[in-house]
Amino acid sequence: MTIFTLLGVSFIGALVLAFVGDRKFAPEINIVCSFASFVASIVLALQVYQDGPFVAGGKFFFIDAFSVYLVVLTSFVSMTTTIFSKPYMRRERDHGRVGHWGMRFYHAMFQLFIFAMLLCLLTNNVGVLWIAMELATLATVLLVSLYKTPTAIEAAWKYFILCGVGIAQALFGTVLLYFAAEKVLGEGGDALLWTNLSQISGQLEPTVLKLAFVFLMVGYGTKVGLVPLHNWLPDAHAEGPTPISAVLSGLLLNIALYALVRCKVLVDGSLGTHLAGNIMMGFGLLSILVASFSMLRQKDIKRMFSYSSIEHMGIATFAFGLGGPIATFGALLHMLVHSLTKSSIFFTVGHASQMHDTQEMSKIRGLIRGNPLVGWGLMLGVMSIVGMPPFGVFTSEFLILTATMKDAPLMTPFLLLGLGVAFAALLRRVQPMVSGHIPSWQHPLKASHVPVILHMVLVLVIGLYMPNFLSRWFHMAVELLK
Amino acid sequence: MSISLAAQINSILAALILLTAFGLLVQRRIYGLLHLFAWQGLFLSISTAVVGFVAEKHHLYISSLITLVLKVIVLPYILHVLIMRLKIHREIETVVNVPITMLIGIALVIFSYSLTSPIRELSTHVTKSTIAVALATVLLGLLMMITRRHAVTQIIGFLSMENGLFFAATSATYGMPLVVELGVGLDILIAAFIFGIFFFHINTAFDSLDVEQMARLKEED
Repeated sequence: MTIFTLLGVSFIGALVLAFVGDRKFAPEINIVCSFASFVASIVLALQVYQDGPFVAGGKFFFIDAFSVYLVVLTSFVSMTTTIFSKPYMRRERDHGRVGHWGMRFYHAMFQLFIFAMLLCLLTNNVGVLWIAMELATLATVLLVSLYKTPTAIEAAWKYFILCGVGIAQALFGTVLLYFAAEKVLGEGGDALLWTNLSQISGQLEPTVLKLAFVFLMVGYGTKVGLVPLHNWLPDAHAEGPTPISAVLSGLLLNIALYALVRCKVLVDGSLGTHLAGNIMMGFGLLSILVASFSMLRQKDIKRMFSYSSIEHMGIATFAFGLGGPIATFGALLHMLVHSLTKSSIFFTVGHASQMHDTQEMSKIRGLIRGNPLVGWGLMLGVMSIVGMPPFGVFTSEFLILTATMKDAPLMTPFLLLGLGVAFAALLRRVQPMVSGHIPSWQHPLKASHVPVILHMVLVLVIGLYMPNFLSRWFHMAVELLK
Repeated sequence: MSISLAAQINSILAALILLTAFGLLVQRRIYGLLHLFAWQGLFLSISTAVVGFVAEKHHLYISSLITLVLKVIVLPYILHVLIMRLKIHREIETVVNVPITMLIGIALVIFSYSLTSPIRELSTHVTKSTIAVALATVLLGLLMMITRRHAVTQIIGFLSMENGLFFAATSATYGMPLVVELGVGLDILIAAFIFGIFFFHINTAFDSLDVEQMARLKEED
C-alpha cells in the first residue's frame, strides 16, 4: 500500500502541476508532493527494517534494504531540491530566462522524473526497470534545454541522442537476459523478475549471460556517466537549470548505478567468476583518472562539479566491482554521502552563479563576504567532497581504500593519484571564489539555506558517528550484494 | 503453413529489414529516408506476425500490431508533418564516404554473426538464424547516428535501432513479456513528441537542422 502511495503521489503531482502551471502556489505544491513522498518512503523503510525484504502488487514490486535506502535518499534529496528551487526558479523567471510554459513544464516534469526514478527502484521487473530509466531520461531531456539558448539545446540534444543510444544497448542486454532466463523459468513475465532470477542464477547459460552483461554495462554505464561513455554528462549538468543539475548528479546517476549493481550481482553470482566485477573496476578506475584530470582545466563551475560527479561515480563503481563486505559497505555509504554533498554543492553553486550572473569561475569572487552562508556552504561542501575528515565522504573513501589495499593492491596508487588530483583541482579553484573582496558585479541574493545546512549536517553526522540503524541497514544490503 | 516455410519467410523478411537498414545508411533524401523507415517497420510487423502464427504465441499479434501502428503509421506521420512544417522536404544531405560507410556496415554484420553464434547454438526457436540480423540492424542504426549530421536523420537512425531491438526480442525469445513491449512502445511515443519539440528548437536556435553547427560545447583549455 505504501508503495502505491509513494508512486501515486509523484505521478498525480506531475498531472496536477501540469494543470496548475505557472500559478503562484505551484512551487508549494511541488514541495508538498515531495514531502509526502519522503514521508511515504520513511514508512516503507521502517517496514523493510522490521520485516526484511518483501514483494508486493502481485510480484510487480520488490523492496529490499538496497533499494529502500535509495528510495529514502531519492525522496529526501528531491524534497530539499524543491525547497531550493522555489526561490531559485522564481528569480530565473523574473529575469526572463524561463517563460510561462517553461515553469509549467519544469514543475510537472520534475515530479514525473521523481516518479520514474522511484519506479526504477521499486520494480521487480528488469524490463520495467529499463522502461522507467528511459522515462527518467526523457523527462529530464527537455528540462536540460529549458533556457532554450543554443548551448542548452545542444547539450540536451547530445543528452537525448547519447543516452538513447546507450540505453538501447541496455535493452538488447535485457533481451539476452530474458533469453537465458526463459530457458529455465519458461516464457512470460515471470522470467524477468529479480526475485526469480536470483533464485535460479546458477542455472543460467554463462555465455549468454556474459554477452548480456557487456550490453547492460555499456547501456547503464552511459547513464552512470562512466568514461568513455560520459560525454553527455558535463554538458547536460552545466547547461540545465541548477535544481536539475542537483538531482541529475545526486540521484539519477545513483539509480543507473543501482541497475548496474543488480545486474553485476546476478551475473557474477551465476557465473561464479569475477568477470562483471572486473569490468566494473576497469571502468571505475578509468573514470576516476580521466575525470580528475579533466577537472583541472575547467572554467565553468557547474562543468567542474559534474566532472567531480563522474569521479565519484567511478569510485563507487570501482568499489562495487571490487566486491567484498568492506568495499561494498564503502560503496553504499559513498553513494549516500556523495549524493547529499554534491546536491548541496550544486545548491550553493546555483546561488553563487545567480549572485554573479555567470557560471565562469574567474568572475565569481568574495562569496564569504557577500553571503557567508553561501560562501561557507560551498567551501565546506568542497572540503567534504574531496574527502577531508570529519565528513562522511572521508569515511567511505577510507573504507574503499582499505579494501583496495587488501584485495587489489596494484590499483591503490591509481586510486590515490585520482583522489589527489581531484583534491588539488577543486581546492585550487574554490579557494579564490570564496575568499577575497566583493567584486563590483556581485549583487545580494535572498537564498534558501535550509537544504544546504540540512545536507551538510547529515554528511557531518555520518562522518562523525554512524547511527546504528544506518549501519545495520547497510549490513543488510551488503549481505544481499554478496 | 509448415515450420520450414515460415522459417524461410522469416529469413526473407530479415534480409529485407537488413537491406532497408543499409538503404537508410546511404539515402540522402529526407523523404526517401522516411519511406525506407516505414518499409522497415512493415517488414518487422509482418515478420512478428508470422513468428506469432507459427509458434502459436498470440501475444506476438499484439506486438505486431503495436509495431504496425507505431512504426508504420504514427511515427512516419509525425515525421512527415514535422518535415512539412519545417519546410525541409527538399533537403538533400551530403553523405560523405559512402563506400567506406558500406564497408563498415558489412563488417558490423559479420561481427554480429560472430557475436551471436553462441545464442544461435543454444536457441531452439525457428527464428534463431535472424538474431544476428537483429543485432546488425541495431549496430547499423548506431553507425547511421554517428555518420550522419542531420537531426531528422539521426532520429530515424535511433528509431531504426529500436526496430532492431524489437526484432531481436521476437527472434531470440518470441517477444518480451507484454508489459515490457507496451512500456517500450510508450517510451518511443514520448520520445517522438520530445524530438518533435526539439526540431523546432534546433531550427530556431541554429537556423537549420544540421547538427554539425552544434559545436559550441567543447572542452576548453
